[in-house]
Amino acid sequence: MKVNRKTQLDTEIPTASMPDIIFMLLIFFMVTTVLREYAGLPISLPKAKRIEKLKSKRHTSHIWVSKEGLVSIEDKLYSSDGVRHVMYEKRVADPQLVVSLKADERAKMGLISDIHTELRKADALKLNYSSKTAID
Amino acid sequence: MAKKRRFKGGEIPTSSMADIAFLLLIFFLVTTTIDMDKGLGMVLPAEGEELEINKKNILNCLINSTGNVLLGGEAVEIRNLAKTVRQKLVENDKLIISVKAHSASNYMDYVKVIDQLKQANATRISIAES
Repeated sequence: MKVNRKTQLDTEIPTASMPDIIFMLLIFFMVTTVLREYAGLPISLPKAKRIEKLKSKRHTSHIWVSKEGLVSIEDKLYSSDGVRHVMYEKRVADPQLVVSLKADERAKMGLISDIHTELRKADALKLNYSSKTAID
Repeated sequence: MAKKRRFKGGEIPTSSMADIAFLLLIFFLVTTTIDMDKGLGMVLPAEGEELEINKKNILNCLINSTGNVLLGGEAVEIRNLAKTVRQKLVENDKLIISVKAHSASNYMDYVKVIDQLKQANATRISIAES
Protein backbone atom coordinates (compact mmCIF):
# COMPACT_ATOMS: atom_id res chain seq x y z
CA MET A 1 0.00 0.00 0.00
CA LYS A 2 1.34 3.32 -0.95
CA VAL A 3 1.31 6.15 1.50
CA ASN A 4 0.69 9.49 0.04
CA ARG A 5 2.69 12.16 1.66
CA LYS A 6 1.01 15.42 1.43
CA THR A 7 3.38 17.49 3.49
CA GLN A 8 5.98 18.98 1.24
CA LEU A 9 9.06 20.23 2.98
CA ASP A 10 10.19 23.67 2.06
CA THR A 11 13.92 23.26 1.47
CA GLU A 12 15.40 26.67 0.98
CA ILE A 13 18.22 28.47 2.70
CA PRO A 14 16.82 31.59 4.29
CA THR A 15 18.37 34.56 2.58
CA ALA A 16 16.68 37.30 4.55
CA SER A 17 19.53 37.57 7.07
CA MET A 18 22.25 37.40 4.42
CA PRO A 19 22.93 41.16 4.34
CA ASP A 20 23.22 41.17 8.13
CA ILE A 21 25.83 38.42 8.10
CA ILE A 22 27.79 40.17 5.40
CA PHE A 23 27.59 43.48 7.23
CA MET A 24 28.99 41.81 10.32
CA LEU A 25 31.95 40.51 8.34
CA LEU A 26 32.35 43.89 6.69
CA ILE A 27 32.47 45.67 10.04
CA PHE A 28 35.05 43.18 11.30
CA PHE A 29 37.37 43.86 8.38
CA MET A 30 36.77 47.60 8.56
CA VAL A 31 37.82 47.63 12.19
CA THR A 32 40.90 45.47 11.69
CA THR A 33 42.18 47.24 8.58
CA VAL A 34 44.97 49.71 9.11
CA LEU A 35 45.10 51.92 6.06
CA ARG A 36 47.89 54.17 7.24
CA GLU A 37 51.15 52.74 5.98
CA TYR A 38 54.54 54.34 5.89
CA ALA A 39 56.92 53.99 3.02
CA GLY A 40 60.04 53.85 5.18
CA LEU A 41 63.49 53.63 3.71
CA PRO A 42 64.85 51.14 1.19
CA ILE A 43 66.50 48.47 3.31
CA SER A 44 67.41 44.82 3.12
CA LEU A 45 66.61 43.18 6.42
CA PRO A 46 68.99 40.78 8.12
CA LYS A 47 68.07 37.10 8.42
CA ALA A 48 67.52 35.20 11.65
CA LYS A 49 66.09 31.86 12.79
CA ARG A 50 64.63 32.40 16.24
CA ILE A 51 62.07 34.97 15.22
CA GLU A 52 58.88 35.97 16.96
CA LYS A 53 55.78 37.47 15.48
CA LEU A 54 54.78 40.91 16.61
CA LYS A 55 51.47 40.66 18.39
CA SER A 56 49.60 43.71 17.25
CA LYS A 57 50.09 46.24 14.52
CA ARG A 58 48.29 48.81 16.61
CA HIS A 59 50.90 48.75 19.34
CA THR A 60 53.88 48.71 17.01
CA SER A 61 55.94 51.63 15.93
CA HIS A 62 58.67 51.35 13.34
CA ILE A 63 62.08 52.93 13.13
CA TRP A 64 63.83 52.60 9.80
CA VAL A 65 67.62 52.75 9.65
CA SER A 66 69.27 52.70 6.24
CA LYS A 67 72.80 51.63 5.48
CA GLU A 68 73.76 55.27 4.87
CA GLY A 69 72.85 56.04 8.48
CA LEU A 70 69.47 57.73 7.95
CA VAL A 71 66.89 57.31 10.68
CA SER A 72 63.23 57.56 9.72
CA ILE A 73 60.11 57.42 11.88
CA GLU A 74 56.71 57.82 10.20
CA ASP A 75 58.42 59.04 7.04
CA LYS A 76 60.25 61.87 8.77
CA LEU A 77 63.99 61.88 9.08
CA TYR A 78 65.55 62.33 12.48
CA SER A 79 69.04 62.63 13.83
CA SER A 80 69.85 59.90 16.34
CA ASP A 81 69.22 62.17 19.33
CA GLY A 82 65.83 63.31 18.05
CA VAL A 83 64.44 59.79 18.39
CA ARG A 84 64.02 60.22 22.14
CA HIS A 85 61.26 62.87 21.96
CA VAL A 86 59.19 61.10 19.32
CA MET A 87 59.40 57.74 21.03
CA TYR A 88 58.70 59.23 24.45
CA GLU A 89 55.44 60.73 23.19
CA LYS A 90 54.47 57.43 21.63
CA ARG A 91 55.35 55.55 24.80
CA VAL A 92 53.17 57.88 26.90
CA ALA A 93 50.25 57.47 24.47
CA ASP A 94 50.57 53.68 24.39
CA PRO A 95 52.13 51.80 27.31
CA GLN A 96 52.06 48.55 25.32
CA LEU A 97 54.29 50.00 22.65
CA VAL A 98 56.71 47.69 20.88
CA VAL A 99 59.38 49.30 18.75
CA SER A 100 60.20 47.45 15.58
CA LEU A 101 63.66 48.33 14.40
CA LYS A 102 63.89 47.93 10.66
CA ALA A 103 67.57 48.37 10.10
CA ASP A 104 69.57 47.50 7.02
CA GLU A 105 71.95 44.59 7.51
CA ARG A 106 74.87 46.84 6.58
CA ALA A 107 73.94 49.58 9.06
CA LYS A 108 76.71 50.36 11.52
CA MET A 109 76.40 49.24 15.12
CA GLY A 110 77.47 52.66 16.37
CA LEU A 111 74.17 54.11 15.19
CA ILE A 112 72.12 51.14 16.42
CA SER A 113 73.79 51.54 19.79
CA ASP A 114 72.80 55.23 19.83
CA ILE A 115 69.21 54.23 19.11
CA HIS A 116 69.34 51.72 21.99
CA THR A 117 70.40 54.54 24.30
CA GLU A 118 67.67 56.83 22.96
CA LEU A 119 65.00 54.17 23.43
CA ARG A 120 66.15 53.54 26.97
CA LYS A 121 65.89 57.25 27.68
CA ALA A 122 62.41 57.34 26.15
CA ASP A 123 61.45 54.31 28.30
CA ALA A 124 60.43 52.39 25.16
CA LEU A 125 62.05 49.15 26.22
CA LYS A 126 60.27 46.53 24.18
CA LEU A 127 62.31 46.21 21.04
CA ASN A 128 62.07 43.92 18.07
CA TYR A 129 64.87 43.56 15.53
CA SER A 130 62.88 43.12 12.37
CA SER A 131 64.34 40.30 10.31
CA LYS A 132 63.53 37.79 7.63
CA THR A 133 63.33 34.07 8.22
CA ALA A 134 66.62 32.34 7.57
CA ILE A 135 66.61 29.03 5.77
CA ASP A 136 69.53 26.66 6.28
CA MET B 1 -6.42 70.41 -16.84
CA ALA B 2 -4.50 68.60 -14.18
CA LYS B 3 -3.59 65.01 -14.67
CA LYS B 4 -4.16 62.64 -11.87
CA ARG B 5 -0.99 60.87 -10.88
CA ARG B 6 -1.36 57.66 -9.14
CA PHE B 7 1.23 57.18 -6.41
CA LYS B 8 2.47 53.63 -6.32
CA GLY B 9 4.17 53.67 -2.94
CA GLY B 10 7.91 54.48 -2.72
CA GLU B 11 10.23 51.80 -1.39
CA ILE B 12 13.98 51.51 -1.47
CA PRO B 13 14.90 48.29 -3.25
CA THR B 14 16.63 46.03 -0.75
CA SER B 15 17.33 43.11 -3.00
CA SER B 16 20.70 44.53 -4.05
CA MET B 17 21.71 45.32 -0.48
CA ALA B 18 23.60 42.03 -0.17
CA ASP B 19 25.52 42.75 -3.36
CA ILE B 20 26.59 46.19 -2.15
CA ALA B 21 27.67 44.74 1.18
CA PHE B 22 29.61 42.02 -0.64
CA LEU B 23 31.47 44.59 -2.71
CA LEU B 24 32.49 46.53 0.37
CA LEU B 25 33.46 43.29 2.09
CA ILE B 26 35.69 42.28 -0.80
CA PHE B 27 37.37 45.70 -0.77
CA PHE B 28 38.27 45.41 2.91
CA LEU B 29 39.31 41.77 2.50
CA VAL B 30 41.76 42.82 -0.19
CA THR B 31 43.17 45.84 1.65
CA THR B 32 43.64 44.08 5.02
CA THR B 33 47.16 42.89 5.54
CA ILE B 34 47.23 39.97 7.91
CA ASP B 35 50.94 39.22 7.63
CA MET B 36 52.63 40.57 10.70
CA ASP B 37 56.12 41.81 11.19
CA LYS B 38 58.51 39.35 12.61
CA GLY B 39 61.87 39.66 14.21
CA LEU B 40 64.04 39.04 17.23
CA GLY B 41 62.46 40.24 20.42
CA MET B 42 64.50 42.05 23.01
CA VAL B 43 63.75 43.97 26.18
CA LEU B 44 66.12 46.80 26.94
CA PRO B 45 67.06 47.56 30.54
CA ALA B 46 65.44 50.66 32.01
CA GLU B 47 67.44 53.84 32.22
CA GLY B 48 69.67 53.94 35.29
CA GLU B 49 69.10 50.27 36.03
CA GLU B 50 72.65 49.10 36.44
CA LEU B 51 73.45 46.07 38.49
CA GLU B 52 76.70 44.91 39.94
CA ILE B 53 77.31 41.39 38.76
CA ASN B 54 79.87 38.91 39.88
CA LYS B 55 82.60 38.67 37.26
CA LYS B 56 82.30 34.90 37.26
CA ASN B 57 78.80 35.14 35.87
CA ILE B 58 79.63 37.37 32.95
CA LEU B 59 80.56 36.03 29.56
CA ASN B 60 81.82 38.71 27.24
CA CYS B 61 80.97 38.43 23.60
CA LEU B 62 82.78 40.94 21.47
CA ILE B 63 82.13 41.66 17.81
CA ASN B 64 84.78 43.50 15.84
CA SER B 65 84.42 45.62 12.73
CA THR B 66 85.18 42.72 10.38
CA GLY B 67 82.48 40.51 11.92
CA ASN B 68 84.72 38.23 13.99
CA VAL B 69 83.46 37.16 17.37
CA LEU B 70 85.47 36.81 20.55
CA LEU B 71 83.64 34.81 23.22
CA GLY B 72 85.22 35.01 26.66
CA GLY B 73 88.67 35.59 25.16
CA GLU B 74 88.46 32.92 22.46
CA ALA B 75 87.70 33.48 18.82
CA VAL B 76 84.53 31.63 17.80
CA GLU B 77 82.83 31.28 14.43
CA ILE B 78 79.37 32.86 14.53
CA ARG B 79 77.64 29.65 13.44
CA ASN B 80 79.26 27.67 16.28
CA LEU B 81 78.32 30.27 18.86
CA ALA B 82 75.07 28.57 19.92
CA LYS B 83 76.85 25.29 20.67
CA THR B 84 79.60 26.92 22.71
CA VAL B 85 77.19 29.10 24.66
CA ARG B 86 74.93 26.13 25.41
CA GLN B 87 77.87 24.26 26.93
CA LYS B 88 78.82 27.25 29.03
CA LEU B 89 75.24 27.61 30.21
CA VAL B 90 75.25 23.99 31.37
CA GLU B 91 78.37 24.73 33.45
CA ASN B 92 76.91 27.92 34.91
CA ASP B 93 73.20 28.62 34.60
CA LYS B 94 73.52 32.11 36.08
CA LEU B 95 75.63 33.21 33.17
CA ILE B 96 74.89 36.58 31.65
CA ILE B 97 76.13 37.12 28.14
CA SER B 98 77.29 40.63 27.54
CA VAL B 99 77.29 41.49 23.85
CA LYS B 100 79.56 44.33 22.88
CA ALA B 101 79.80 45.36 19.25
CA HIS B 102 82.39 47.66 17.71
CA SER B 103 80.77 50.85 16.46
CA ALA B 104 81.92 50.13 12.90
CA SER B 105 80.65 46.54 12.90
CA ASN B 106 77.70 45.56 10.79
CA TYR B 107 74.19 45.22 12.19
CA MET B 108 73.90 41.90 10.33
CA ASP B 109 76.65 40.33 12.47
CA TYR B 110 75.00 41.63 15.62
CA VAL B 111 71.64 40.12 14.63
CA LYS B 112 73.37 36.83 13.85
CA VAL B 113 75.00 36.79 17.28
CA ILE B 114 71.71 37.58 19.05
CA ASP B 115 70.02 34.87 16.98
CA GLN B 116 72.69 32.34 17.99
CA LEU B 117 72.31 33.29 21.64
CA LYS B 118 68.57 32.81 21.37
CA GLN B 119 69.13 29.41 19.78
CA ALA B 120 71.27 28.49 22.77
CA ASN B 121 68.28 29.46 24.98
CA ALA B 122 70.29 32.18 26.67
CA THR B 123 67.69 34.36 28.36
CA ARG B 124 70.08 36.73 30.09
CA ILE B 125 71.55 38.86 27.36
CA SER B 126 73.03 42.21 28.08
CA ILE B 127 73.87 44.79 25.46
CA ALA B 128 76.94 46.72 26.42
CA GLU B 129 77.27 50.25 25.15
CA SER B 130 80.16 50.60 22.78
